[in-house]
Amino acid sequence: MKKVQFSGIAPPLLLIAPQMAIVVIFFLWPAAEAVRTSFFIQDPFFGRAVFVGFDNYVNAVTRSDYLRSAAFTGVFVTAICAISLGFGLLFAVCADEVLRGEGPYKTLLMWVYAIAPPVAGLIGVMLFDQHIGPLVDFFAFFGWELQTGVDYWDTAFAMTVVAAWKQIPYNFIFFLSGLQGIPRSLREAAAIDCRSPARRFWTVVFPLLAPTSFFLLVINITYAFFETFGVIDVMLKGEPGNNPVSLVYKVYLDGFRGQDLGGSSAQSVILMVGVMLLTVVQFRFIERRVHYA
Amino acid sequence: MTPADGSRGGVPTLEITGAVKRYANGHLAVKGVDLHADEGEFVVFVGPSGCGKSTLLRMIAGLESVTEGEVRLKGRVVNDVEPADRDIAMVFQNYALYPHMSVYDNLAYGLRNRKIPKPEIDRRVREAAEMLQIGEYLARKPGALSGGQRQRVAMGRCIVRDPAIFLFDEPLSNLDAKLRTQMRLEIRRLQRRLGVAAVYVTHDQVEAMTLADRIVVLNGGRVEQIGAPVEVYNAPASTFVASFIGAPAMNLFPAEAEGGAIRVDGGSAPAPARARGAVTAGLRPEKARLVPAGGGLPFTVETVEELGATRLVHGHVGAASFVVSLEAGVSPPGETCAVTADPADVHLFDRGSGARL
Ligand SMILES: Nc1ncnc2c1ncn2[C@@H]1O[C@H](COP(=O)(O)OP(=O)(O)O)[C@@H](O)[C@H]1O
Ligand SMILES: [Mg+2]
Repeated sequence: MKKVQFSGIAPPLLLIAPQMAIVVIFFLWPAAEAVRTSFFIQDPFFGRAVFVGFDNYVNAVTRSDYLRSAAFTGVFVTAICAISLGFGLLFAVCADEVLRGEGPYKTLLMWVYAIAPPVAGLIGVMLFDQHIGPLVDFFAFFGWELQTGVDYWDTAFAMTVVAAWKQIPYNFIFFLSGLQGIPRSLREAAAIDCRSPARRFWTVVFPLLAPTSFFLLVINITYAFFETFGVIDVMLKGEPGNNPVSLVYKVYLDGFRGQDLGGSSAQSVILMVGVMLLTVVQFRFIERRVHYA
Repeated sequence: MTPADGSRGGVPTLEITGAVKRYANGHLAVKGVDLHADEGEFVVFVGPSGCGKSTLLRMIAGLESVTEGEVRLKGRVVNDVEPADRDIAMVFQNYALYPHMSVYDNLAYGLRNRKIPKPEIDRRVREAAEMLQIGEYLARKPGALSGGQRQRVAMGRCIVRDPAIFLFDEPLSNLDAKLRTQMRLEIRRLQRRLGVAAVYVTHDQVEAMTLADRIVVLNGGRVEQIGAPVEVYNAPASTFVASFIGAPAMNLFPAEAEGGAIRVDGGSAPAPARARGAVTAGLRPEKARLVPAGGGLPFTVETVEELGATRLVHGHVGAASFVVSLEAGVSPPGETCAVTADPADVHLFDRGSGARL
């Protein structure tokens, strides 16, 4: 990294000002507002707010629909990470075998990254469509009448698969470039030291992918928590009914549909604290086992 | 194997016959190579970059497939044997240490995969570490070691395996000059002590000369010459070998041979009587003598390089540039003088093919 010495404090401050402005306007300020609102009950029609202390929090975490949503979110996030990281890695390993040293293919594969996530999301939703979805027909063949948007478990299944499917190309690209970054001689040294390719993978290649995996784990958890909003919304078509919803989607439902701004703010603050804790845990305990070569 | 090519009899540790390597893209990197390494022998592949040295070494290791021909280790054909099952150990140019494992684990990894009992692994690792003086770094990761220390760890990884043969691919090229000389001696000492055969790849002819029991000079995927370092130095088989082995390089110049002398530009110098007609003559800078004009091949002094122990006098013989190495303090006899030599020191090569006459 090239180091530049500024004279005075003004130029560097000026340079980070736009970034800071964005952080303040779109993150810090709304966050502070959410914290403030979470201590009030808003009257949606007359704009009066009544201070209620921690009532909204107590209310939120003791309600059965909140707990149900939290349990679903836990399973949902875990499943998405497992599926999308697992398949991303599997595909990357397959591609890496073919790609070693072949320049043109590599560039072509980068396209996956450029076009895949949004398109994959659309395709995923279509695959599960009640009327035209081939997957619905496929499962019907085995006697499973998939009722996305109607049956709780069917919807949960479809949501998880589509959300995970959407993330696979992203993980694939990062794993692939991680694999390609491992020097050839290192794999060759391993080939001399160890007969079993599977064992070589788990003892040499996978540990060297640890920085990539750690990064992707953080990204995928964040994705599963927050960015799956769109997939859930499309699947539910605005009719939550008896269907599973993630905590983030529930914040939206309670706040904007249920007009319970205080309760919804409390939920979002709980989420915020949860994510902060998760991040701390990730960096404290997982990163310690990661080897940055 | 005939005694003429240096074999000591018995089953050679390594034997390569008719080895050809064609890469997937059609490039022919090795074009039919025959060679062998006896028990405990140190064989060095030397040649310019791209001549196929690494390819040949990697064919021995099993890291590249053998297109044609056979590779045998201790009499067993290993063409289709996995690298891990070949009983070889290899030091890579960039060492290829496992960055996520401690030095101890780097050494032990291959042994653990072979299901060798723990106490035995520990004994071997500590013995190798002691031999290489890396005992105090066993708990460190390779990232926390210097280049020379990594080099030792890479050697240690080979030693603990107690293989039939060591393979080295330019292992010293990432070290600075001083360390290179030191490690070179150490590699030789270790190999002697362990009595394990070795194949060593380098583009550095000094390394080749100092390390080898036998040098294999490669050029464009073919063997130019195989022989002991002095043989290759004293009787290069071709102009290619002549110019590649020895520093400063042998002077090569067109001359007329007339049975007992060579003639250039009206001057003449004694030479072996083997040839007549147009030849390429060769004379090493340290074997050339400068004498007053008329006493040999006409030579004009252009520049003198002072090297301390020697001086290099640059000039031309005929149209070819020519270097004479003089002892310190000795000056050329004049601006225009002549080059001569003992006839035994003059090499004669075919003008067309470059082969030794
Ligand atoms: N994987 C490969 N595919 C195609 N050609 C290769 C490959 N590896 C090496 N080569 C070519 O084969 C020739 C010999 O390479 P190499 O054995 O590495 O040479 P050296 O080690 O003597 O410098 C070179 O011309 C190189 O470009
Ligand atoms: Mg090479």
